[in-house]
Amino acid sequence: MNKKGKIIRVAGPLIQAVGLDDVKMYEVVHVGRQGLIGEVIEIQGEVISVQVYEETGGIAPGEPVEATGSPLTVELGPGLIQSIYDGIQRPLEKVREQTGDYILRGVRAAGLARDKKWEFKPLAANGTQVQEFSILGTVKESEAIESKIMVPPGVSGKVSGIKAGSFLVTDDICKVGDTPVQMMFKWPVRKPLPYTKKIQPSEPLVTGTRVIDSFFPVAKGGTGCIPGPFGSGKTVVLHQLAKWSDADVVVYVGCGERGNEMTDVLTEFPELLDPRSGRPLLERTVLIANTSNMPVAAREASIYTGITIAEYFRNQGMDVAVMADSTSRWAEALREMSGRLEEMPGEEGYPAYLTSRIAGFYERSGVVEAGTPPRTGSVSVVGAVSPPGGDLSDPVVQATLRMVKVFWSLESSLAYQRHFPAINWLNSYSLYIDDITDFYEKNSMKEFPAMRKQALKILQEESSLQEIVRLVGVESISDEDRLTLETAKILREDFLHQHAFDEQDAYTAVSKQFKMLGIIMMFHERAEKAVKKGVPIKQIMDIPCKEKIARMKIMDEAELPEVEKILKENFAALQVAGGGKEE
Amino acid sequence: MKEYRSIRSIQGPLIRVDGVTGVGYSEVANIRLEDGSRRMGKVLDISRDSALIQLFEGTEGININGSGVSFLGETLHFGVSPEILGRVFNGVGKIIDDGGEIIPDKKLDIDGFPINPYARDYPEEFIETGVSAIDAMTTLVRGQKLPIFSASGLPHNELAAQIARQARVVGKDEKFAVVFAAMGITFEEARFFQKDFARTGALERSVLFINLADDPAIERIATPRVALTAAEYLAFEKDMHVLVILTDMTNYCDALREISAARKEIPGRRGYPGYMYTDLASIFERAGRIKGKKGSITQIPILTMPEDDKTHPIPDLTGYITEGQVIISRVLNKKGIYPPIDVLPSLSRLKEKGIGEGKTREDHGNVTAQLFASYARGKEAKELALILGEASLTEDDVKFAAFADEFEQRFVAQSVNESRDLAATLDLGWELLKKIPRKELKRVKEEQIKKYMKAGTD
Ligand SMILES: Nc1ncnc2c1ncn2[C@@H]1O[C@H](COP(=O)(O)OP(=O)(O)OP(=O)(O)O)[C@@H](O)[C@H]1O
Ligand SMILES: [Mg+2]
Repeated sequence: MNKKGKIIRVAGPLIQAVGLDDVKMYEVVHVGRQGLIGEVIEIQGEVISVQVYEETGGIAPGEPVEATGSPLTVELGPGLIQSIYDGIQRPLEKVREQTGDYILRGVRAAGLARDKKWEFKPLAANGTQVQEFSILGTVKESEAIESKIMVPPGVSGKVSGIKAGSFLVTDDICKVGDTPVQMMFKWPVRKPLPYTKKIQPSEPLVTGTRVIDSFFPVAKGGTGCIPGPFGSGKTVVLHQLAKWSDADVVVYVGCGERGNEMTDVLTEFPELLDPRSGRPLLERTVLIANTSNMPVAAREASIYTGITIAEYFRNQGMDVAVMADSTSRWAEALREMSGRLEEMPGEEGYPAYLTSRIAGFYERSGVVEAGTPPRTGSVSVVGAVSPPGGDLSDPVVQATLRMVKVFWSLESSLAYQRHFPAINWLNSYSLYIDDITDFYEKNSMKEFPAMRKQALKILQEESSLQEIVRLVGVESISDEDRLTLETAKILREDFLHQHAFDEQDAYTAVSKQFKMLGIIMMFHERAEKAVKKGVPIKQIMDIPCKEKIARMKIMDEAELPEVEKILKENFAALQVAGGGKEE
Repeated sequence: MKEYRSIRSIQGPLIRVDGVTGVGYSEVANIRLEDGSRRMGKVLDISRDSALIQLFEGTEGININGSGVSFLGETLHFGVSPEILGRVFNGVGKIIDDGGEIIPDKKLDIDGFPINPYARDYPEEFIETGVSAIDAMTTLVRGQKLPIFSASGLPHNELAAQIARQARVVGKDEKFAVVFAAMGITFEEARFFQKDFARTGALERSVLFINLADDPAIERIATPRVALTAAEYLAFEKDMHVLVILTDMTNYCDALREISAARKEIPGRRGYPGYMYTDLASIFERAGRIKGKKGSITQIPILTMPEDDKTHPIPDLTGYITEGQVIISRVLNKKGIYPPIDVLPSLSRLKEKGIGEGKTREDHGNVTAQLFASYARGKEAKELALILGEASLTEDDVKFAAFADEFEQRFVAQSVNESRDLAATLDLGWELLKKIPRKELKRVKEEQIKKYMKAGTD
């Protein structure tokens, strides 16, 4: 069998070669004299096509191609947390040590540091029978994350020779059956990491962003997408999620986007503290950065690298959240390779398999049980989508919407008015509402779903009323309708509007959201009664408690009952005045 | 160096040569014409012994029998040295002024290499341009890429030149330079910039790359890359703060489309190639700062939106890559407002981190948020008044409408030679906000109103 072939064609990130007899689809090959990393993406008779993860400038026909016998894999084990990788899991910190400020070619760097020792604490006793993903012990990866060391997939048997101590990821920590086991193992990125069974999501992924948690929540183990034109706020929302969502581990994939946005995360996350652990956010974060100017083929791989790492923590029993910014750039990478392969183009030039690839990616989310005894963990996935011109008929948006259950629709008109997050409340949706009602009940927020419904209804009515007002002016509509406009405005400005860069406003606990919304709904209800009694709308619009309501965002949760009290007093006072008039 | 006399086809900007050996992808090709003149190109696709070459210079005069092709064994390079300052080059980096040869310190690949995101330093140093609409509302910082979205007949060149002239970092006296890349603009436009640089003494701190409208279009593919190679050298090896002006990116994109069409690639939207995002990113991402380096690259690309359409692929993809955009509005221009910047759809994504206490002024964020909101509401009110008549407006809306007018005429508008410092700009903002009912000032803090809104409120 021939392991070495010869290049016959180079066209950008695509090369073709002959002479490799038994190469498999998605096998990793080393290309050219510099041994650049590539992956086989097509086999046609003796000609194989390879997408190369590094720049191909200077490579000429006749240069060698060498098969490695292995698919593209990631290394899973201690050391993932706090790392920043490129699309094929090369640590960018190590890359910088090797090639300086710019990324040059031919860098080889292992995903997990080979020179770092980790303190291993065994949990499994010698002689116990274990299966794949059974827990052998733990390693403290960061102050925030205690990683479980699991039996690698495909291995089972009796544990022997297990010992505590300080180990490299490549040292043997024990034997399982006859197989020596280390703290790390490798797994092919394009293949989901096995689990025992999937279960229905039942808890919200709490994000602290009001429009999300209160109106369009995503479940732990669920999927969501956030399409929108440029500058509408996709990245800011994903950064907010990465910062504040109540996941154990966050995997942030910067896929074909700006370098500075990754730098932003790298400079900010070590400073910000996770409200739950009190530790820097970076201590629970893994970053994948394949920015727009980095090789396009590695961009295609980056989201698989990210989700495989997420599955690894999931199997340990953790809740993992994956953000992918932007899946459109990944789809474009697919399109570019497909174009170079001269495949039959589908819609907008995307290959026909676009839909199934997108489906395959989001299907890797979910709440699962893994290991014996079973542990429950989850992978939630939220993807940004960047359609041309913000047009939602784009094939990537459409294929994504068929898969995901939450849709946050960003709108440029809201962004121009600086209404952030610019998530349109009229056409966004979440299909998890029913799945998570139990959660509200258990956390004594039973009324939440009903309040949410009513608030959304008011906002719906506002939009039809606004059309009428545009035609006839506000003075011509009834006081009831004017009240609807007023409450809607409060909902928009004082509840939905949330400043991501304001320290107090950036994160709102769900319990506080519940109280805020409750107060606004109470306002509406009391005002409605007052209007029915004939209190002039002008009085309600000028009611003093409105100013307090506007400040609820930046108040402590404990101050809210005071607002409620003032509100009740204000309305009680009104009734007298209004009542007086009636007589 | 071996010369191949085996040109098989010439098609648009593409040449195919057969029978070559050892030729690498992306390598520079040298085409010798019958009359002895030379053209440059690069290998776009190499299949067995057949190389497809994209020319950087025109194809006129190249023929199959009389011309020969040799390969340089390296990608396209540009020779740099401190002496490039004050000089003028063509779109592929050949000297076109009469200043004589430059002996390069070294030659750099014009495609550059991606900056390792781990090596980047976050841009957050405020650049005062003296233009209120930019400094207050769409704040520019060192290392940012902030394009101007304009359209034909609008004064984007005046604005770009004004920025180049006035830009400074307050309280610092550092080495800075301007790299100017012209792609397919007219002779007059290029002259305008050159004269302006000369008038203000900026010329000896500038490097100019000029590809005019009647120069070969395909040269433009190389122009921004050569310019950025010069910029990277000055910024990261010579510690200079470099402002790069790229104009007009629309012409660049059209050249890209031309090559794609010649290759018979599947066209994307409006015929532009599907990889245009990645291609533009390889230009725009060359802005920034690097940890431990003194210099920086700030980019101001200018593009004219075909049919004034912001969703056209050129502005659209640009907006997806850059860190905001400054939008020039035809409506404001018609009203006689210079600079006609429409602040509502304009945006600087790096503003938040470049402003505030210790950087600009503590009230900067709040007062501009208030100006945005009030201007948006004022414009809405004006539209309503247009349909239903002034009488239909509420008392408040009348005030907002008046505010919107004043905001355009006093805040946005300024003279082309006027440089307002930031304090003056922000104070002016507060002054205008007096027109607005107090209770509507929701985005500013009570203490700030007390401190910055001078007496004489409504
Ligand atoms: N929640 C928010 N609070 C305050 N400002 C916001 C918020 N969301 C967005 N913005 C503003 O909008 C700008 C653009 O947001 P963002 O970078 O997230 O856009 P995007 O949709 O990711 O654009 P692109 O597709 O070009 O990457 C931000 O830089 C910020 O100024
Ligand atoms: Mg973004």
